[in-house]
Amino acid sequence: MTEALRQFNERRRHAFGGMADRWRALPRWQRWLGVLAGIAFLYYLPFLGDIPGTNLIIPGLDWFRTDSIAGGSNWAGVLFVCALYVLVAIGLNVVIGLAGLLDLGYVGFYAVGAYSVALFGSTQSPVVQSMQRQFGLSEEWAVAWAVCIPIALAFSLVAGVLLGWPTLRLRGDYLAIVTLGFGEIIRIVAKNSGWAGQAQGVAGIPGPEGPPSADNTVFGLLKIEPWYWLALTVVLLMVLLVRRLEHSRVGRSWLAIREDEDAAAVMGVYPFKFKLWAFAIGAALGGLSGLLFASRSTFIQPETFNVQLSILFVAMVVVGGSGNMAGVALGAFLLAYLPERFRDFSEYRVLAFGLALVLIMLLRPQGLLPSRRRTRELQDRAKEAAVNVA
Amino acid sequence: MLPKQMTSPEDAAPREVLLEVDQVTLRFGGVVALDNLSFQIYKGEIIGLIGPNGAGKTTCFNAMTGVYRPTSGEVRFDGEQVSGRKPHRINRMGIARTFQNIRLFPEMTALENVLVGADSRHHTSVIGALFRLYRVKPKPEELPVVDSTNGLLRFWQQVRRSSAQVFGISRHTLEERAGERKALELLRFVGIADRANDLARNLPYGYQRRLEIARALATEPKLLCLDEPAAGFNPAEKEELLDLIRKIRDRGFTVLLIEHDMRLVMGVTDRIVVLEFGKKIAEGSPAEVRDNPKVIAAYLGEPADAA
Repeated sequence: MTEALRQFNERRRHAFGGMADRWRALPRWQRWLGVLAGIAFLYYLPFLGDIPGTNLIIPGLDWFRTDSIAGGSNWAGVLFVCALYVLVAIGLNVVIGLAGLLDLGYVGFYAVGAYSVALFGSTQSPVVQSMQRQFGLSEEWAVAWAVCIPIALAFSLVAGVLLGWPTLRLRGDYLAIVTLGFGEIIRIVAKNSGWAGQAQGVAGIPGPEGPPSADNTVFGLLKIEPWYWLALTVVLLMVLLVRRLEHSRVGRSWLAIREDEDAAAVMGVYPFKFKLWAFAIGAALGGLSGLLFASRSTFIQPETFNVQLSILFVAMVVVGGSGNMAGVALGAFLLAYLPERFRDFSEYRVLAFGLALVLIMLLRPQGLLPSRRRTRELQDRAKEAAVNVA
Repeated sequence: MLPKQMTSPEDAAPREVLLEVDQVTLRFGGVVALDNLSFQIYKGEIIGLIGPNGAGKTTCFNAMTGVYRPTSGEVRFDGEQVSGRKPHRINRMGIARTFQNIRLFPEMTALENVLVGADSRHHTSVIGALFRLYRVKPKPEELPVVDSTNGLLRFWQQVRRSSAQVFGISRHTLEERAGERKALELLRFVGIADRANDLARNLPYGYQRRLEIARALATEPKLLCLDEPAAGFNPAEKEELLDLIRKIRDRGFTVLLIEHDMRLVMGVTDRIVVLEFGKKIAEGSPAEVRDNPKVIAAYLGEPADAA
C-alpha cells in the first residue's frame, strides 16, 4: 500500500519537478505576466465559476465552491478565512521555517492582534469605556480602525519581543514548551481580566468603515467579498515584504542560525538579535491576521484562541513545506478550505485530518511544496538509498 | 626571498604583535588545561601550534576565540581584551576560525555560506532590507549600465541610471552586490567556484574544508585560525592546502595553524609553539623546534621511531 503510494508520489514528483524547472527557465517578462495573471485570478476567486456582470457561468469550476454543496458555507467567507490563515502561515514560516524556532503558541499573537482592535476600537470594550469616563469623551468615541492597525502591530511586536527576550536562550523543545505556555497565558488572562471582557468577550469591533452597522456599504456584515479582497491585498503586501527579508542579510542570518547557531555566531551573526527579529516579525504578522479576523467577525471571545488553533497553524506550515512561502500558503489554504468543501464528512474531519498528516509525514516529510534546497537534499538521499539497495 | 626572512623572526625588525596570550591559566575543576601559557602572534606570519593529543591545543584555541574564559591571565588582540566577549564581537574584532569537525550551514549553497561570512562586515538589518530607505550615493562604476540596443529597453535603463544618480542606491543593494562579488572571488581563490551553487552538504569533503576557509576569510579577519585543516586529506591534497595557506598569508592575513601532521606544519609555518600538558615547552622556527630535544621526547618520540 505505502509502496504503491510511494510510486505514485515518484511519478508526481517527476511531472511537477519538471514544471518548476521550466517555470524558472522562462524569460523574466513571461514570469511577470504569469504572476500577474495569478494575482488577477486570486482577486477573481470569489466569483469562481461566474463571469461577473453577466449571467454566464463557466461549467465545472462551480464544483470547487464551498456553497455548491448542501449547507455549504459562504464561499467568500471561506476564502477570507483562507487568506487570514495564509497570513498566519507566512508569519509562522519566518519563525519556524527560516529561523528554525518551534513556536507552539502562535495563537497568542493572533489573539493579541484581535484583542488590540477589540479593546481600542469597540465602544463596548471596557478599555474604551474607561477612557471615555477618564477623559470625558462621548459614548460613541473609540479609537479609529485605521489607528488600531499600528496599535495592533505594535502590541503584537512588543508581545513577540517580551516573549522572546527571556526565552530565546532556550533551544529546541524547551522553546516549544515555553511558547505553548505563552499561548495559553494570553487566552487565560483575557478570560479572567475585567478589562478584556472576560469570558463573554468583546462585541462591536469596528471595520474599515467604522463600527458594525447595517449602513456599511462596502465592508458590511453580509457581503464578504470586500473583506476577502482586503485580506488578500494585505497578504500580497506582506509576501512582498517577507520576500525582501528572505533575500537579504537578515534571511541568510536566519538560515545560518537554523543550520548551526554556534558556527553562525563565530561567523559574526548575532543569533539573539536575529532570533528576536524573527519572533517579532512573526508576531506582527500573526497580530495583523488577528486584527482582520476580529474586524470581520465584530465579536471575539477568549475561547476562540485555543491550543488547537496553534497546532493547526503549525500543521499548515509543516504540511505546506517549512521554509517555502508558496508552500506554507498552500498548506494554509488547504487546511482551511478542504474541511469546508467536504462538509459531508464533517463527522470524520478529525480522522481525515490525522490520516492526512500521517500520510504526508510518511510520503513527503518535507511538506507539499518544500523549499528548493530541501527538495534537492531529499532527492540526494533517495539516490543514496537507491545505491545502497543496489 | 621574503618568506625565508620571515622564518627567522630574530633577524627581522621588531614586528607588531597581533595577538598576545599573556600568562593564561585555565582550570577545569582540578585539571589544569593551560598552565601559565604565554606567546605572541605577529602580524603577517604563519604560526603553528602543535603538541601531542591532550596537550591543550584546542583549549588554547578556544580561549583565544572567546569560547572559554581564562582562570587567570588574559588574551589580548590588537591591544584589546578578547576574553568575555560574545563570539560575534570577537569575529568583528578580526578573529575568524574554522572547525576541526566541519561546521558549515549544510542546507545553504556554497555561495550563501560565504555570504554569511561576508555579512559580518555589512550593516543592513531588518528595517534596511524591508524599506531600503538608507540610500548611498553610488560610485560611477556602481551605476546601472546602459547598453541595450533596443530603444524601449535602453530608455528604461536610462531611467534607472538617472534615478540611481538622483536618489542613490540603497545600502542593502550595494552590500548584496559587493557581498556576492567578494564571495565568488573567495570561492575562486580557494578553488571551489565550480560548485558555488551546490548545497554545502553535497560538496566533497575537500571542498567542504576549503569552503570553511573561504567563509572565514569572508569575514575579513586579521587573524585566521585553522583547526586541523588537513585532517583526512591525502598527501596531494595536503600539498594543495599548503599552497593555499601560503597564498592566504601573501594576501596579508596572519594564520594560526593547529595541525597534527608534522610535515605539513614544518613545511608552511614561520614559527611554531609546542605545547605539552598545557605548558609551552618550545618556541621557534621549524628547524629549531625539530632539533629541540624536549620536543623530540614529548612529541616526536625517540629519534629511531620518528620516521
